[in-house]
Amino acid sequence: MIEVDLAQSSVRELNQRLHQIGPGDNEHNWEHHWRVTNPNGAHAIAVGLTAPVHVEIRGHVGYYCAGMNASAEVVVDGHAGTGLAENIMSGSVRVRGNAAQSAAASGRGGLVVIEGDASARCGISMKGVAIVVGGSVGHMSAFMGQAGTLVVCGDAGHDLGDSLYEADIFVAGKVASLGADCVEKEMMQTDVEHVVGLLARAQIAADAGRFRRYGSARRLYNFHIYHAAEY
Amino acid sequence: MVSAPRRYSAAFPPDVIAEIQRAADEGLYRIRGFGTLRPLPSFDDLVLLGASISRYPLEGYRERCATDVTLGTRFAKKPIKLKIPITIAGMSFGALGANAKRALGRGASAVGTSTTTGDGGMSEEERAESDILVYQVLPSRYGFDPTHLRACEAIEIVVGQGAKPGGGGMLLGHKITERVAQMRTLPVGIDQRSACRHPDWTGPDDLTIKITELREATDWKRPVFVKIGSARPRYDVQLAVKAGADVVVLDGMQGGTGATQEVFIEHAGIPTLPALRQAVEALDELGMHRRVQLVISGGIRSGADVAKALAMGADAVSIGTAALVALGCNRPIHVDDYTALGTEPGACHHCHTGRCPVGITTQDPVLESRLDVAEGARRVRNFLTVLTMEAQTLARACGKSHLHNLEPEDLAALTVEAAAMAGVPLAGTDWIPGRPSPASLRSAPSSVMRERGTRAEARVGKGKSQTET
Repeated sequence: MIEVDLAQSSVRELNQRLHQIGPGDNEHNWEHHWRVTNPNGAHAIAVGLTAPVHVEIRGHVGYYCAGMNASAEVVVDGHAGTGLAENIMSGSVRVRGNAAQSAAASGRGGLVVIEGDASARCGISMKGVAIVVGGSVGHMSAFMGQAGTLVVCGDAGHDLGDSLYEADIFVAGKVASLGADCVEKEMMQTDVEHVVGLLARAQIAADAGRFRRYGSARRLYNFHIYHAAEY
Repeated sequence: MVSAPRRYSAAFPPDVIAEIQRAADEGLYRIRGFGTLRPLPSFDDLVLLGASISRYPLEGYRERCATDVTLGTRFAKKPIKLKIPITIAGMSFGALGANAKRALGRGASAVGTSTTTGDGGMSEEERAESDILVYQVLPSRYGFDPTHLRACEAIEIVVGQGAKPGGGGMLLGHKITERVAQMRTLPVGIDQRSACRHPDWTGPDDLTIKITELREATDWKRPVFVKIGSARPRYDVQLAVKAGADVVVLDGMQGGTGATQEVFIEHAGIPTLPALRQAVEALDELGMHRRVQLVISGGIRSGADVAKALAMGADAVSIGTAALVALGCNRPIHVDDYTALGTEPGACHHCHTGRCPVGITTQDPVLESRLDVAEGARRVRNFLTVLTMEAQTLARACGKSHLHNLEPEDLAALTVEAAAMAGVPLAGTDWIPGRPSPASLRSAPSSVMRERGTRAEARVGKGKSQTET
């Protein structure tokens, strides 16, 4: 295991070292497990990774931790600032604490797990990522979500799924309000199985039978005078 | 009996009446492409002051007038070096067809300049054809891929564009084909309305951190541009610089669009002329003019426009609509197809329909096949060459051995409005509206002169203190 102390080293040095591991490198030529200590809320830790490394961060991180992640597993043993795992492509990002706004924004793949709560706009503009939140999410979560799945074990704030495209949302608790063009949909057996699978991957214990499903009514996909008041 | 001439209302001329009746009939605002159609103060309202006795011209056919420019010298390890200060603006694959993107890339590369991606990500064709490709990071993040971020030569964070500052992109369902939909992760055939705000940052302090993230992801190699629409350029330029931009791209009101609400195109933002002046002043105040490069776009159509923009302080210009016109936009061929759209060559702004008669702004394979890539690239190359030669012609006449040696002193304005907006004297006078004339300064009490001198020194001193490595 390689340990990097950010009290002694810079984020730049850490990221440079992680980037030097190419996705095609022989797996025996590099160390798989990295531990980062003393992050102290620094921004842009472990962004742009492309190799299947495991990066464990001991402490709180600032903005954009694990942004644009591909292949790597990143675990934050603390809370995360804005834009956690934004535009994640693949791999996984886990936060043991809470995440600030715009977690997994525009994520195109992979898995993001927030064991605590996520603030506003969780999964905004999501494009294929799977997000599992152990707690609750703030307002405008999954705003303009295009694809992927948001699973919320707690409650959801106002305007959930506003202007949704084809992303799926599952919420176990209360939903303060649904956004424009977002409606509750029938929970099919395949949906229950999908949630069970994601909870298992996220290693979060929850009763899949409690979840309700929300999706797009698809009324706003094309301009029409009768929908002008929807916004 | 003599019939009285018809009189039309100034407030309700025929085009206004037609628009009201269209709106009443359809219940939707008008959406269209191209750019503003109404006259605005522009570079045409400025002239360059050629040399004579007080200035020494260069020989037009013999003496060198250099044109190169380097963008991104502030922080990036690998700034981009262009042979000419004219770049191709961001236009999406989706709004444009693949052949158009290929032709733009090939034509620009032939003269050593850059092209730019757009909403929807990087297409294979434009990457293959463009030697220097600027990759946009847009609010929608459609198709955004960190692999492409590392595969480009520069990164451009798009905050806004001149045709619709404060608004998001738009691509109507006719153009959301299977390929476009797949690239953008959208359902086929929807009317795509892009976000106007980025999903993961809000405000200048966040932008600082966002830029840092992009630099970290690319190991600080790529220059980071910040593109803004011209609304409040003085503030926006300074905030972009403060946030760490290597290059500021400023798009004036005359900038084009593939599809936007007409009310936006015609009534939001300020023209390129005053926006450029304010941007240069903003950089000057920070002591960052020429250290953060400024690229101006919006209504650049000729080498004269290029020369005037550089004289006002831009480091480079960017062209979008003019490049498409060079490709063949509004060319008088396939006239029946223009007629079917309800328009004619020279008046077409129907990019939004996806039925482009000349195969540029379309995803229809039959229409797109009308644009020959090799011929299109030749035309783009030729046009960029002509722009450069025209700008050099004027620069040499002003005695400049490099296009960047053009300066505001080489300009005069033909209208009071242009003089005020561009900050250059009205032709035949030393008067710049809003500023004290040299004559009034000469007659001012000495205490006033001392005060003004102190302020000027303070500005210079402030600029010098903003040093960076």
